[in-house]
Amino acid sequence: MALTVQVQSPSMTGFTAPMTAAFSAMFGFVVGNAFGNPWIGLVIGAIVGAGLAFALHALPLKRGQGRLVSIVAFAIVGVVLGGGGGAVAGAIIGAVLTWFVYWLDSGDYRKNVPIYYTAGQTLWHNTFMLICGLIFFFLIAPLIPVMWLSFNAEDFFTFTPEMLAFKAEGYSLKHYRDFLGTDEWMVPLKNSLIIAPIATFLSVSFGTLAAIGLSQSHVPGRQAIMAILISPMIVPLIISATGMFFFYAPLGNWIEANLGLSQAFVGYVKVILAHAALGIPFVIITVTATLVGFDRSLTRAAANMGANPVTTFFRVQMPLILPGVISGGLFAFITSFDEVVVVLFVGSAQQQTLPWQMFTGLREQISPTILAAATILVTISILLLATVELLRRRSERLRGLSPS
Amino acid sequence: MKLTKTLLASTALTVAAGAVAADGHMANDMTLVSWGGAYQQSQINAYTDPYTEMNPGVTVTWDESSAEAVAKLRAMNEAGNITWDVVDVVAADALRLCDEGLAMEIDPDEHLAPAPDGTSAEDDFGDLLVGDCFIPQIVYSTTFGYRTDMVPEGVEAPNDICDVFDLETYPGMRSLEKRPINNVEWALLCDGVAKEDVYDVLSTEEGQEQALAKLDTIKDSVIWWSAGADTPQLLADGEVFIGSTYNGRLFSAIEEQGQPIGMMWDAQVFDLDGWIIPEGLSDERLARAMDFIYFATDTQRLADQAKWISYGPARASSAPLVGDHADLGIAMAPHMPTDPNNSKNTFLYNYEFWADYRDDIDAKFQSWLAQ
Repeated sequence: MALTVQVQSPSMTGFTAPMTAAFSAMFGFVVGNAFGNPWIGLVIGAIVGAGLAFALHALPLKRGQGRLVSIVAFAIVGVVLGGGGGAVAGAIIGAVLTWFVYWLDSGDYRKNVPIYYTAGQTLWHNTFMLICGLIFFFLIAPLIPVMWLSFNAEDFFTFTPEMLAFKAEGYSLKHYRDFLGTDEWMVPLKNSLIIAPIATFLSVSFGTLAAIGLSQSHVPGRQAIMAILISPMIVPLIISATGMFFFYAPLGNWIEANLGLSQAFVGYVKVILAHAALGIPFVIITVTATLVGFDRSLTRAAANMGANPVTTFFRVQMPLILPGVISGGLFAFITSFDEVVVVLFVGSAQQQTLPWQMFTGLREQISPTILAAATILVTISILLLATVELLRRRSERLRGLSPS
Repeated sequence: MKLTKTLLASTALTVAAGAVAADGHMANDMTLVSWGGAYQQSQINAYTDPYTEMNPGVTVTWDESSAEAVAKLRAMNEAGNITWDVVDVVAADALRLCDEGLAMEIDPDEHLAPAPDGTSAEDDFGDLLVGDCFIPQIVYSTTFGYRTDMVPEGVEAPNDICDVFDLETYPGMRSLEKRPINNVEWALLCDGVAKEDVYDVLSTEEGQEQALAKLDTIKDSVIWWSAGADTPQLLADGEVFIGSTYNGRLFSAIEEQGQPIGMMWDAQVFDLDGWIIPEGLSDERLARAMDFIYFATDTQRLADQAKWISYGPARASSAPLVGDHADLGIAMAPHMPTDPNNSKNTFLYNYEFWADYRDDIDAKFQSWLAQ
């Protein structure tokens, strides 16, 4: 009860109106730029911003009403200036500006800072929040046009006028049908789903064993072995790929000739082994990091109770380092699933993976089917990660580990 | 000891199985290399779909690597691991591969089907049989497309190659291929050099400088492309006013995608595309490849391909069989680069000149680009 101080509404003429004018001038600049005259847009934006601040302050409207009124007003201006797309842009600008005015006018902008902060500190706090927001924006924003364009009704990477006006005929699912309905994409998807999990399994098994071995202080030449095992991560990929090509080609020939295995099968083996080698460094690094926090007396205690090293590993050590193993495995999976250089060299056409198909598709035929594939992959990874996270929280809750 | 025995046994088993699987000593897997896109689709429709229907046991894998066929075949040859059976390349690449011994020599009359009227394959393909390894498939041309809605008011649509170099009448960006071939020829044609003298002029230092100087006049307005799909995309976006690409790509953008693009056929440069068979295939795979080639380059198959893409069949006997587009139902003949209306003024690409001068002019062109 002690320190609830009612924040006062700041001065309209001295603070809210000029701040809104400055903020709105930025939108004015952008809109003006679209019509060929950014500076006039800037001035108009500033005037509109200041006017909006006074109007919202003076009119006896509730927040929700005021917001609705100005969104509609800006959307109407948008329709006049730029049609359907303009309406959406206008509504967004209206919503942002109205929110900004109320945020300043009600004093909410000081809500999250201690009462004793100076104006400069408050400004910095809010700027910091803005920078954080922008970082997220720049990380996420490039994906949005990709997803949007994947519903294009045309075969080009172009926002058609119909798309910008949100007309139904500008959109279609045909690129999704292309992706899901043709061998051209389904075979590479199948190949990726064969190669990546097996390569991950190999990377995780060998990487974990190597990390455990290398964490023993008595292994001779530890640093050198570590450096060699990690080298695929450090050497430029194109060089590893060239080397692997000349290494695996005669090996594959020998296997085909002497073991009588088919060319296709040997091709898969070559790509899987190459990808496993690329994934091992990630597993070693994450597992080594987890092993630092592992208490070695536990293995001695297990040995003391009669467990052999294998039992100790699976019953004691493995559960404790599991988070490191899993995240290493995730990295190894992504390395293989995303990899295009090595598979182009080592693989033959029968092992075409999804990134290979995307790469050649982008070069030879700029088709939005690639965007549909990207959208589906992004959606699947978001769902997968969300599921894993939900399961993790559920098991924590069941085990009573969660603080809440 | 036991391990060796099992290995031996399994080897014997799989070898036996392999021998049984190959029907009539032909391999059942075939990897074809092509360019992707609408072109590869037309090959699937016209060649491999009917072929696998006739030979149900055969599986065909496509590799869209024709763009780097020369480099990849060199590497495969060096590593002794040829994974391709039949490779689609442009004639110039076929000549290089043939010279390096990476492609197999072909005897047209022995390996290719005669025309239905009995004309030998050699006569049917005629002049298009360049080199000893190349099996011609189509005639394509590199030509220009322009945005019909970006032609300035009161000006005629571009119909002369020199309109590309005329920034005053036709302002806007151009897209040209990021290599000297075709560009330097066009530049000289528009710099007052007569058509028959172009390659003579180009073989001199001064001639090469003259061509680059002409290109220099529009350099600031050029977007350089490296994939055939770039120009259609740039035109569809309205990023360029006019751009060069393969005529089939423009046909697809105009007729199949309904883009506001017009064709400018003036000084189109003809080139050939076709198959080669890599040197060093096993007997079984070679037998399969030859069987496929015999089928896929006969008169009817070459004419069929023109139902899906506007490239001219390489056989004289196929031309009268060219019909309508398979989906759109429009007559394909007027869209062929060889149609009399389109080929009023064509330019003949000189393979021998480029085989000799390519590296030299390439280097000059790239350093000019970087300036």
